[in-house]
Amino acid sequence: MYAQLVKTAGSGVKSREEMSENEQDFQDRVDSDQKIEPKDWMPDDYRATLIRQIGQHAHSEIVGQLPEGNWITRAPTLERKAILLAKVQDEAGHGLYLYCAAETLGVTRDELTEELLSGRMKYSSIFNYPTLNWADIGAVGWLVDGAAIMNQVPLQRTSYGPYSRAMIRICKEESFHQRQGYDIMMKMAQGTEAQKKMAQDALNRLWYPSLMMFGPSDKDSVHSAQSLAWKIKIDTNDELRQRFVDQTVPQAKYLGLTIPDENLKWNEERGAHDYSDPNWAEFFDVIKGNGPCNTDRMNTRIKAWEDGAWVREGLMAHADKKAARKQAMTAAE
Amino acid sequence: MSKEWPLWEIFIRGQHGMSHRHVGSLHAPDEEMAIKNARDVYTRRNEGVSIWVVEAKHIAASSPEEKGPLYEPSNSKVYRHPTFFDIPDEVGHM
Amino acid sequence: MTDQDALFQFLLRMGDNTLVLGHRVSEWCGVSPVLEEDIALANTALDMIGQTQFWLGLAGEVEGKGRSADDLAFLRDVWDFRNVLLVELPNGDFGQTLMRQFLFDAWASTMLGRLMYSSDKRVADIAEKASKEVAYHVERSADTVVGLGDGTPESHAKMQAALDLLYPYVGELFESDAVDAAMVSAGIAPDPASLRDDYDTLIKRVLSEATLNVPASKFTHKGGRTGYMHTEHLGHMLTQMQWLQRAYPGATW
Repeated sequence: MYAQLVKTAGSGVKSREEMSENEQDFQDRVDSDQKIEPKDWMPDDYRATLIRQIGQHAHSEIVGQLPEGNWITRAPTLERKAILLAKVQDEAGHGLYLYCAAETLGVTRDELTEELLSGRMKYSSIFNYPTLNWADIGAVGWLVDGAAIMNQVPLQRTSYGPYSRAMIRICKEESFHQRQGYDIMMKMAQGTEAQKKMAQDALNRLWYPSLMMFGPSDKDSVHSAQSLAWKIKIDTNDELRQRFVDQTVPQAKYLGLTIPDENLKWNEERGAHDYSDPNWAEFFDVIKGNGPCNTDRMNTRIKAWEDGAWVREGLMAHADKKAARKQAMTAAE
Repeated sequence: MSKEWPLWEIFIRGQHGMSHRHVGSLHAPDEEMAIKNARDVYTRRNEGVSIWVVEAKHIAASSPEEKGPLYEPSNSKVYRHPTFFDIPDEVGHM
Repeated sequence: MTDQDALFQFLLRMGDNTLVLGHRVSEWCGVSPVLEEDIALANTALDMIGQTQFWLGLAGEVEGKGRSADDLAFLRDVWDFRNVLLVELPNGDFGQTLMRQFLFDAWASTMLGRLMYSSDKRVADIAEKASKEVAYHVERSADTVVGLGDGTPESHAKMQAALDLLYPYVGELFESDAVDAAMVSAGIAPDPASLRDDYDTLIKRVLSEATLNVPASKFTHKGGRTGYMHTEHLGHMLTQMQWLQRAYPGATW
């Protein structure tokens, strides 16, 4: 999940009586699965929450380019290099679609970028973990994209039209990401002793951070209840996390890898796996900026943005000159 | 903050001869670069054969309040839809 | 040198150019000035990696020692690389990267246009596919060079500096030696020197639109396409690019 701990604006779900007429109409439309479009009336809190959520989602895609980009120049074959580059390029595309969706709510991409670079807006905690060996690239595709897809598939039905359309496009493109990750893991798990070691090492380090992607339990949260009512959140964090664990356990088994959790076992009664919670203290440390890579990630993004300023300004200045010349020519005719 | 590149709406006609369809938006300094960016951003998977770009601010849109007057009248013109007419089975496909 | 040896060398030159430049361009992924450029540059890099697979794949086939494109890319050392020096130079800033791309694309589009008529059908087929990709690359890199050259005073100055730095590496693209002579006599590839006029016409038009001055000096750095003397940069690039294959020989990835 690329949007974690998004603070829902407002004070929780209003009762029918507390709602204004506009709010009632709005909620009726959401309840009957009609899409809310940019020019439609919407509660201010809905708009504010969506900007936060879509913005955080977009930032996660952009920062998410970095841990995988870390291996593009070291990919072991030409084909792996091309696949990885195409995948990381897709992340840039997904960030772009999401920024555009956020822009329909009255905020610009530059404003959102400034929010990210100043630290006022966050991105998913997962991207503050390092990619240390080639199997990490497999594990990121398998686990991180796997967790993201778990969240993004239901979000295709989200109530806000532009967000929903962006998610549909993203899910369509994303379908190859998890598979290419698992494909790398299969090669590694069936490979030499050193490769198997890399695969297990990657799973050991990325398992709990992947579980953290869904965010802490929110089953009693009033904020989540509001986001669920607005259909900008479709499932609770715990539901998604459970689905992820249940899906991943047999996949790890097939690879012959061990999930680093002694308490992991099938619970016949619940029809689901029991598993250990990640260390939530670590999660909050990472969110606060103390993860292993927070500083590197932010510095990289800030440098890219600042170094690119003259390019953005230069190309804009040229376009303005060109338009002025064209206008002068038209005027002269 | 320097001036941001304008926003463009992108329309693409796919391989199958359908009309141009809105696929999304992007930023570009001018229309030529908007077309090139659209090619790079929105046709990475062979999606299209023709690209239109329109600067977002030039798009005029109907307003949601007019939804009733604009679209509801057509709801009553059911005869525009082929299923309105009962054609006996023995006539064959029509 | 047999004809097969010469053809092998020629194919390495084609493939190493796209391999090394594709690698350099891929270094931008995630850190470009704007998302749209990030995506566009990745497309260019992807095209060049794809072209590398074709050129080096054919090189391995012609050599006949069972080496794959990957073997050639990941298991040769610096002295066996046959790319021109231009493409192995570090990226520098975005303007320098795009200037290098334009100077290369302009050559590649001219070269591939001729190779489409190669007497060797395998070469002609690769050239036909690649020339479609490169036609777009050169259009895009030329536009960016013009936009930045004729942009702000700052962008203009940076582009002129990039051109001054890179122009002395252009001449190597048009050097001819025994390998080229063998390709010409077999009708496989044109004499590089014969491409220069078309190339000059193209770059002069674009650079003038970009309000940039072509340096007067005719001096040319060379040594890449013969393998005689690369820059120090290539070795560092290979330590990254070849790391996994070198550290874990025989593994399947």
